[in-house]
Amino acid sequence: MAIKYDAAIATEIINQFGAAPEMLVQVLHAFVQRYGYISEEAIKQIANELNLSRADVHGVVSFYHDFRTTPPGDHIVKICQAEACQAMGSRALTAHAEEKLGIEMHGTTGDGSLSLEPVYCLGNCACSPAVMIDEKVYGRVSASDLDGLIDACGESQ
Amino acid sequence: MSARVTVYVPRETAAVSMGAHEVAEKLAALDNVDVVRNGSRGMSWLEPLVEVVVNDERIAYGPVSAADVDDLVAAGFLEGGDHDLKIGPVEEIPYLKNQERWTFRRCGLIDPVSVEDYREHGGFVGLEKALGTGPEFVREQVLASGLRGRGGAGFPTGIKWQTVADVAAPQKYITCNADEGDSGTFSDRILMESDPLTLIEGMAIAGMAVGATKGYVYLRSEYPLTQRIFAKALNAARSAGWLGENIQGTEYSFDIDLHIGGGSYVCGEETAMLESLEGKAGLIRYKPPLPAIEGLFGKPTVVNNVVTLGSVPDIIALGADVYANYGVGRSKGTLAFQLAGNIKRGGLVEKAFGLTLRELIEDFGAGTASGRPIRAVQIGGPLGAYLADEHLDTPLDYEEFAKIGGMIGHGGIVVFDDTVDMAAQARFAMKFCAIESCGKCTPCRIGSVRGVEVIDRIVANENREDNLNLLNELCDTMIDGSLCAMGGMTPFPVRSAVKYFPEDFNK
Repeated sequence: MAIKYDAAIATEIINQFGAAPEMLVQVLHAFVQRYGYISEEAIKQIANELNLSRADVHGVVSFYHDFRTTPPGDHIVKICQAEACQAMGSRALTAHAEEKLGIEMHGTTGDGSLSLEPVYCLGNCACSPAVMIDEKVYGRVSASDLDGLIDACGESQ
Repeated sequence: MSARVTVYVPRETAAVSMGAHEVAEKLAALDNVDVVRNGSRGMSWLEPLVEVVVNDERIAYGPVSAADVDDLVAAGFLEGGDHDLKIGPVEEIPYLKNQERWTFRRCGLIDPVSVEDYREHGGFVGLEKALGTGPEFVREQVLASGLRGRGGAGFPTGIKWQTVADVAAPQKYITCNADEGDSGTFSDRILMESDPLTLIEGMAIAGMAVGATKGYVYLRSEYPLTQRIFAKALNAARSAGWLGENIQGTEYSFDIDLHIGGGSYVCGEETAMLESLEGKAGLIRYKPPLPAIEGLFGKPTVVNNVVTLGSVPDIIALGADVYANYGVGRSKGTLAFQLAGNIKRGGLVEKAFGLTLRELIEDFGAGTASGRPIRAVQIGGPLGAYLADEHLDTPLDYEEFAKIGGMIGHGGIVVFDDTVDMAAQARFAMKFCAIESCGKCTPCRIGSVRGVEVIDRIVANENREDNLNLLNELCDTMIDGSLCAMGGMTPFPVRSAVKYFPEDFNK
């Protein structure tokens, strides 16, 4: 569920990191943790309070895969696309997920319940293919396992 | 009233991904059971591997699911009773017994965030000895051990430390590269989740050895569970006086900050990692200057991998010569190999250098998970070459692998069966480089995009010979002209796929 942006809380988050410009990546993580994404107003405020230009902050936001600039779905499903998972059928698993959800990688379902994202290695390569839903990793995920996990997301909204 | 029984259930990612939390919850609800959340033994194919303490011996059952628990209890597993899932004494499992555990010897044995447990199993002996003998002795020992960087580059650790020690500066840093991005690798993660205090101890030793009081661990964001466990371990070490001002009452001070990466593969390159630690985009830096001279915030900086630093405490505790007795040639000591992908018994195998790839894949790994023949093996991550059956008898040694155009790297071994399409794998190597390139140098940024296009044309049978030549030239340009290994080594998997599996490019 989207949380409304609050400048006072944003300042609090920034101050937790000592308002230090070298903490920018960590600050951005804290914003994603709270708001799910980095909004325009967040970029403005972070730039202002870390004494950086908006271009500086935007450059860092756009460099890293973790910092999305649009709201995600209520749950984020990441399917590993790297070699070890490829060796165990992650390409077919990805195609299955895209078809089931009717969206492509990087997409969000129309009802905003779920976003589908690629990830390049979850370090669970001995139990491939691996999937991460929100912060939980699942191993040896079959197409029917994935269906079950996705359906469970719908129930836990 | 029956006596209380201690049961170990791992808290490590692979075990959790296969349902360890649910198993632990179910066991904890039993009246007479004390559940200890240990780390992993590294036998991922058996996870969740549950160990029951019976007459002071740990009896293994696995893989256990929550649904098995009632049945196990009924079969008397709390007294070591027989069951289909019973494996026997954990230390006797050949996969584990036939390893040479050094850096990973406490993994799965102890509660990873208990300083007390760590101490009982030889923890902090190396740091204690280092604090007593001084920086010079420590640097000599690390150099004499022959330890080389386990992140992949294999640079001698002792030389790196000496370089940093020799620079006069008011502030120096120890940075630990825990941005374990290579597919097929998870040894950093297993160590940080199963025995994180070893890394903390290694970093503190490095700090006193080079005169650094501040350390950073740069951990990838794809490892949220690792983050939580390691943060707890840092607090535990601080509370017990093993980090902070005047460690154990000595003149040495050292503390560690944990930083989280942003999901960028190239930030595993040491200079990109330093940029990211400074809060910037992970663009790589020109070298020289070396990070050892001008690193984090322009100060002399040690950049070492998790396993490198984690190998140090016992080198100091037991002696450099003991470590150097393992291994062959210039590849001294042990490496934590990781068996991944299409493999029956995937997991972590710590062995002295020198065994062959085939021994690892067949004796430990027991072949493919699918039961089909092995066709290709990628070793050393996404920038490592694809090898064919003819290479499997190569001894695992940095120099021997260089001879066949391969690289051991961080020790990840990804097995593919005969259903693999090697043209698709070559295309993916270029595609991955296009996605993850930091963009600083042209051969990597543009070359990778052109590489995908050229491979597509080859596969579509458009001017095959011309396009194969073009791909070859493009690979030369990327190897010679890229600033770092991202663009400079992406051609290795591509070229090896073309060379050893040409039929896949001509269908």
